[in-house]
Amino acid sequence: MTKSELVEALAGKQTQLTHKDIDAAVKVLLEHMSQALENGERIEIRGFGSFSLHYRPPRVGRNPKTGDSVELPAKHVPHFKPGKELRDRVNENLQAT
Amino acid sequence: MALTKAAMAERLFEEMGLNKREAKEVVDLFFEEIRHALEDGEQVKLSGFGNFDLRNKNQRPGRNPKTGEEIPISARRVVTFRPGQKLRARVEAYAGTVEQ
Repeated sequence: MTKSELVEALAGKQTQLTHKDIDAAVKVLLEHMSQALENGERIEIRGFGSFSLHYRPPRVGRNPKTGDSVELPAKHVPHFKPGKELRDRVNENLQAT
Repeated sequence: MALTKAAMAERLFEEMGLNKREAKEVVDLFFEEIRHALEDGEQVKLSGFGNFDLRNKNQRPGRNPKTGEEIPISARRVVTFRPGQKLRARVEAYAGTVEQ
């Protein structure tokens, strides 16, 4: 499912908002979530999961083309931990098939 | 403080003028729809943010950490999140300490 298919599905599930409103709302939500992570803030959605940042220490990497070593600075990467309801629902369907 | 559904609904109210009931409904439906697709075995790709992928894990040997007893960990399907380039680039430079 892509972002536009998600918008499509949401628009079909409720009647008050136009397709255009839903499209804009999804953009606002994803931007809000990105901003939170950018500021080092966790995201906690009960039954869905939580997003946080994981620290990656500096390391020496290599340019795969030239073989030269390059100093790679420390960074943070986004991390998602699925919540219990999501874990269970994804897994139950597998057990059933 | 962590970002929650309540704060996300508040943002929809402020930025788009949705009423509070509509805003809450959109936020709930947004996460429910993603869960639903994953439950149906469908990958979810949100460009600019990231992809939620599904991985099938085979049964593997495990251990009860308390008793040391060996118990197999059953085959299962798990969700993984692969952040997109844009999100990675935005959080990379975060220099503060991570809220745990």
